[in-house]
Parts: sequence; structure tokens; C-alpha cells
Amino acid sequence: MTTVAICRYGAGNVRSVELALQRLGATLTDDVAGADLAVLPGVGSARTAMDGLRERGLDQVLRARTKPTLGICLGLQLALEETEEDGGVEGLGLVPGRAVRIREGRVPRIGWAHVAARPQDQIVDDTAYWFAHSYAAESPAVTATSEGLAAIVEHGSFTGVQFHPEKSGAAGARFLERCLSRA
Amino acid sequence: MPLPRLIPCLDVADGRVVKGVRFEQLRDVGDPVELGAAYSDAGADELVFLDINATLDQRDAAVATAARVAEQVTIPFTFGGGIRSVDDATAVLEAGADKVSVNSAALARPELIGELASVLGSQAVVVAIDTEDGRVRSHSATRDAARDTLEWAKECQERGAGELLVTSIDRDGTRDGYDLEQLERIGDAVSLPVIASGGAGNARHVADALEVASAALLASILHEDPQRLVSLRGELKELGVCLR
Repeated sequence: MTTVAICRYGAGNVRSVELALQRLGATLTDDVAGADLAVLPGVGSARTAMDGLRERGLDQVLRARTKPTLGICLGLQLALEETEEDGGVEGLGLVPGRAVRIREGRVPRIGWAHVAARPQDQIVDDTAYWFAHSYAAESPAVTATSEGLAAIVEHGSFTGVQFHPEKSGAAGARFLERCLSRA
Repeated sequence: MPLPRLIPCLDVADGRVVKGVRFEQLRDVGDPVELGAAYSDAGADELVFLDINATLDQRDAAVATAARVAEQVTIPFTFGGGIRSVDDATAVLEAGADKVSVNSAALARPELIGELASVLGSQAVVVAIDTEDGRVRSHSATRDAARDTLEWAKECQERGAGELLVTSIDRDGTRDGYDLEQLERIGDAVSLPVIASGGAGNARHVADALEVASAALLASILHEDPQRLVSLRGELKELGVCLR
């Protein structure tokens, strides 16, 4: 049985992630250090979120992990070295790169969009996932894009997705199921 | 740009979905969770739940409804009605909603938009604008808010709103078509996504709205029937609209 710990640090959206993982039969635990899979969710502002992680010591716990960690949306961006948001915020540095403001189209970028992954990865389906973001990762660790923007980054034991699998219907559930089976 | 979105809107009163025309004549049409899940299965891209008679003491009821929806529905949903503070909004988001929608409370105290955005992020903050003849109306469109619609749209953006949900009051429930000119003017004035609302009567109306807006809110056109959403999606695809 795969154990999953969702990082709780005052950034919303935890409930939907929790429900999605429970539907897939994951065993939830509070032990972020020891869980087979740690999930770093996040919506809201980068500065508030990083402060929340530090206050709870989760920044150190996440850096020390060697088992898989999944970052979702802001959780992906926090894993980078820094983000432009809020005048510049230092990230966890789990993944090289930085998050920069989206400069094209309507921002926030909200809605369903296709994700283009390398065929050999088989991590996402050839379908649309739901995004809601104003910043996007610029990183050498990008392994899938959506309309030219980073959709997935993978580096070491960390995988980050810019879309929200917990809100992407059946396709999102299949993605989370793969994350669980890999963990 | 992400794909154009179809967003069924469910007006909720006392925990039930209701339907009225031009904000009047309410009747009970079902359970919010059952209808929401059925619309999700029928291909909805998001859902909007508007608690149309929310008052301060009903916050617990709103949170309970949002929590029930989140357990059954795996697409994004917005919750509006009665949200007057960051605490109200946080409670609804923690229950599983993705966005909150504010209207009269933001008109009464525009700083609320910035407060919500700084805590929840702009992407979670929808400002609903009820408009008629280029002017904003408040309190379920019963009062003149003494604001120009374009000026208010721009102010919402500056204060941190993530989306604008624009309802043309004189079209609402009529099925005569969206107010395309007004939607286009607002879309040109802001860089945020705009959700068109009010007046959808057929697939052509929706297709036209999706030319000038990022999303279309669907209410009376669906007759509270998720199967109507399935057929509407088919008609839109035949009209060349690229949907999920």
C-alpha cells in the first residue's frame, strides 16, 4: 500500500487533493519525511506559501526526501530556485530554474489545455488538463509543455505539474494513479 | 490560450438548485451535488454555484454545500453568494472550491478584491459584474451601483481579480443572445479572462460569445438538463468551436 503525505502549510486546495488520492485508494499519512509519496499542493501567493513551509520546517523535510515528491501548480513553482512573484521569492531549490510571469494571452491562464509530453514518458494522456496560473517555470528540467509553457518538470525524485490533476476529471485521476504506482 | 470553456451555472437557495428569470420567480429544480455531477459527466469544463439568498449566518450552509460538491465533482467549481471576507472565502476554498465569486461585497468595499487575491491568489478570485446600459448594478441587480462598467472592470483587474463574470441584466433569461458588443468592450479593456453570462438561447449565441470571451456561463439554455449540455457541445463542435 502506497502511503501519501500531503504537505499542509496554510495554502488552500488540500481538500481536493486529499479526496482525489482517497478515491484512488491511497493511504494518507502526516509523515512527510517517511511517506512513499509526498504531495506539495498549493494555490495562493508564493511568499505566503514559502513562509508557511519554513514555519513548519517542511522546507528542510522536502529537501531531505529521496522518495518521490509531487508538486502541484504553486507546489511546482516553489520547488524551483526562485520565482518572480511578489517581487522575487527564493524557492526550495529542488529543481533548477525559476518561475516567471506569463507574458502572452489572458492572465491568469485559466482553463483546459493540452499537454505535450515525450511519447516515451507515458506520464500524461493525449488530452487536456486544467490549469490556473499566472507564472510558469523556466527550467532545464521541463519534460512536457502546454502551449509553449512548462507543464511538467522532473528532476531527481521530484515531479512537478503546472496543471491540477485533482481537478482534471478522469484524465487527472489517471495521472495521479500513475504517480501512486511509481511511488 | 486554453480551450473555450462551457460553465453551467447553478443558482442555489437554501441548499437547493433554483431557477428564476431576470432574478425573479424562483422554482426548485434539484440537488446541487446531483446536478453538478451530471453536468460534469456531460462535459462541463467548470461549474459555478451561486447562493442567491446567502446571508452571513448561512456561511456554514454554503461551506457544507461546497464540501458535498467537492466529494462528488472532479472538475473545478466556483462558489459565490454571501462572501464578504477573506475568512468566508478561505472556508469555501478549504471545503474544496477552486474560486470564489464576489459581487455586491466588492462594490461596497473594493479593497476586498485585493485582500482575497493576496491570500488566495488572483486565479481564485472572480468578480461578478451585473451590468445594464454600461452601468453596474448591485444586490442581485436591484440597485444602481453608481459605477461605469468599463471603469469598474479595469479597477477589478488593478485590485487583483483573476476573472470577470459579466452578466448582461437585460439579456438574462431571455435567450435572445449574449450582449456581444459589451463583452468585447470589456474584453478589450482588461487582460483577464472574461466569462460571458446572460442571454444564451442557442448554440450560435454561445459560439459567438466564445469569440469575444474566454468562457460562456450557461443557465436557462440548459433547462436544468445535463443531456442538453451534451447536445449543445455537439452543435458547437459542428459550428467549428474547439472544445475539450
